[in-house]
Amino acid sequence: MTGPDRPDRATVDERIAAVRARRPRLRDERVTLAHGAGGKASRALVDAVFLEVFDDPALAALGDAAVLDPPAVGEQLSISTDSFVVQPRRFPGGSIGDLAVNGTINDVVAGGGRPDWLSVAFVIEEGFAVAELRAIVADMAAAARAAGVRIVTGDTKVVQAGAADGVYITTTGVGHVPVGRRLDARTVEPGDAVVLTGTLADHGMAVMLARGELAIEADIASDTAALHELAEALLAAAPDTRWLRDPTRGGLGTSLNELAEAAGCGVILAEEALPVRPTVAGACDLLGIDPIYVANEGKLVAVVPAAQTEAAIDALRAHPLGADAAVIGEIRAEPASTVVMRTAMGGSRVVDMLVGDPLPRIC
Amino acid sequence: MKFVDEFRDPAAGRAAIERITALAAAQDRGFKFMEVCGGHTHTIYRHGIEQLLPAPVELVHGPGCPVCVIPMGRVDDALHLAAQPGVTLTSFGDMMRVPGSTSTLLDAKAGGADVRMVYSPLDALAVAEREPDRHVVFFAVGFETTSPSTAVTLQRARALGIDNFSVFSNHVRIVPPLRAILTAPELDLDGFIGPGHVSTVIGNRPYQFIPDEFSIPLVTAGFEPLDVIQAIEMLLRQYDEGRCRVENQYTRVVRDEGNLRAQQLLEEVFTTRDTFEWRGLGWIPHSGMAIAEPYADLDSERRFTLPGARVEDPPACECGPVLRGVLKPWECGVFGTACTPETPIGTCMVSSEGACAAYYEFGRLRVADEPDPLPLVSADRARR
Repeated sequence: MTGPDRPDRATVDERIAAVRARRPRLRDERVTLAHGAGGKASRALVDAVFLEVFDDPALAALGDAAVLDPPAVGEQLSISTDSFVVQPRRFPGGSIGDLAVNGTINDVVAGGGRPDWLSVAFVIEEGFAVAELRAIVADMAAAARAAGVRIVTGDTKVVQAGAADGVYITTTGVGHVPVGRRLDARTVEPGDAVVLTGTLADHGMAVMLARGELAIEADIASDTAALHELAEALLAAAPDTRWLRDPTRGGLGTSLNELAEAAGCGVILAEEALPVRPTVAGACDLLGIDPIYVANEGKLVAVVPAAQTEAAIDALRAHPLGADAAVIGEIRAEPASTVVMRTAMGGSRVVDMLVGDPLPRIC
Repeated sequence: MKFVDEFRDPAAGRAAIERITALAAAQDRGFKFMEVCGGHTHTIYRHGIEQLLPAPVELVHGPGCPVCVIPMGRVDDALHLAAQPGVTLTSFGDMMRVPGSTSTLLDAKAGGADVRMVYSPLDALAVAEREPDRHVVFFAVGFETTSPSTAVTLQRARALGIDNFSVFSNHVRIVPPLRAILTAPELDLDGFIGPGHVSTVIGNRPYQFIPDEFSIPLVTAGFEPLDVIQAIEMLLRQYDEGRCRVENQYTRVVRDEGNLRAQQLLEEVFTTRDTFEWRGLGWIPHSGMAIAEPYADLDSERRFTLPGARVEDPPACECGPVLRGVLKPWECGVFGTACTPETPIGTCMVSSEGACAAYYEFGRLRVADEPDPLPLVSADRARR
């Protein structure tokens, strides 16, 4: 049939082509299984929520893999992967998005690397609010941008309601280790200093209180931060730094036990030298939790040769993330493979690995 | 860490230790003092107080860790409750790893039972209110420190008309085990550091029989390191001045008559059992608290049929002599080998207030290992 008011076939085809060429739009308020099925809805979610915000050419190419330039000759790679499942997803001082970027960057940093790239994978529970997902992604983009790290590849899966708790994020970070840099517990020697870059237990206590199960309110914020600059400042001032860690889960106590074991030496801490904010110390006291076992997300602990300790501390304190840096202990030959705390009272005690979760004492 | 708190002032601590050393030297004999409360055990190890004391003064760790005295049969009963369809079992975190005869609450949780950790019995009641389709059991343990909060919770459940809630009471009283320890034949003690928190509720008068009948002094103490050190000094001073009394170091909190309202509350909600089993100490008359008749419908022991089996402590476990202060933790045959905080055989190894766990975690350090002062730390502190 033909007529003046009927479009010809060529026009219709053109119109279809125009619509098909349009980027799919995300109208849904909640993530559904369709968003993980790999079809148009998936594309809409990736486009609208991830690509625009992460804004990276390698990611936007939507290939199966990001193709990147290798590090310079003689450099090594530092790679680390971590999954983030924190509850609540937003807490004073940060969100799961901040942690997913900063946490992995810090692991790369602790390996001596300068972080370059991140890979990001999401497992999303069906029904998750798109608005919250956008907020998390915005936090991740801001954290990555602040750290100068590119998000170059990623993946999204949606699972049935009940099969996951909201959203889980896995990030893998890749950094390059400058020529000649060697951080290894086995190089630690008696007489070295143990340096901590700031206050203990802020993150763990902030999250514990944010869960709202404890009926305690205190002004405690997470310390989540990317530590690449702070680490570079330390390593520039104390180039013979032996060992570096970011004491996250399990806290300083666990990291130092791993050090003592790997190095075979004694780690002697001075209780009164450990920096802890008074509100954090108070909350820990109330709950019977030792701050030395509580997670940090913006602190480094390092072993530095005695001769470079002063320079290390000065450099750390000159950086805003290291203002509370302190020498908290020393390496001794004995007692072998043990962490010991000299208490403020003048006694001493073993700081062992934590067993299980830090369970609050009941009286 | 800053120790601006006057009860953690190292200089005051050193001065008190010097006085203790002088007092002990003047008596020219040894002293064995038992700290009754697990909170004190924790303070002593955490702050390394034992090493500061002169050789003649020895500390013995008593039965006051509420988790440590729960017998296996009662844990089995709790596991049985957790296995009932529709039941949510709630308890304090410390109870989660306490071994029953075959498993722990943590194992039951991993196996699919609805076991949840709460921070107070009121939290457990809130779960019952939120989830009316579940029956929420609160696995209650503890001395007179925690029983008042359980009592308040039962009153509240009654006031709110919540009936999908019950309490499995394992509350115990502090005085009967003290008498049991004092009448045990192998005991040799020269004084008690009395439990501060319990005394807040019951006061100091219930301890009067200890000097009266057994000629042993008791000083009720707080939980900061200086509290404990000062209590030791007060005990020695009694010997020095020829007194034998109940004294109160924790005057900022404890009154001689205790908290009369809390006592009245306990009277109303609980009734004293004829006898109750204690881990390592056996059956002690009038030591347990059951839920009183007016609250019978909120009593798990009446709402459910419990196995109530008596389970012998594992033969290798010497929690009993440790709880009575006869054995030091490390003198137990399985300490640190078969029995560790990861795989506890006895309950003393579970809670950080338990004498064994406290020693394992903090204490196993010979004096010879004690490091010298730390020059790099001192230099850094001097520069600040």
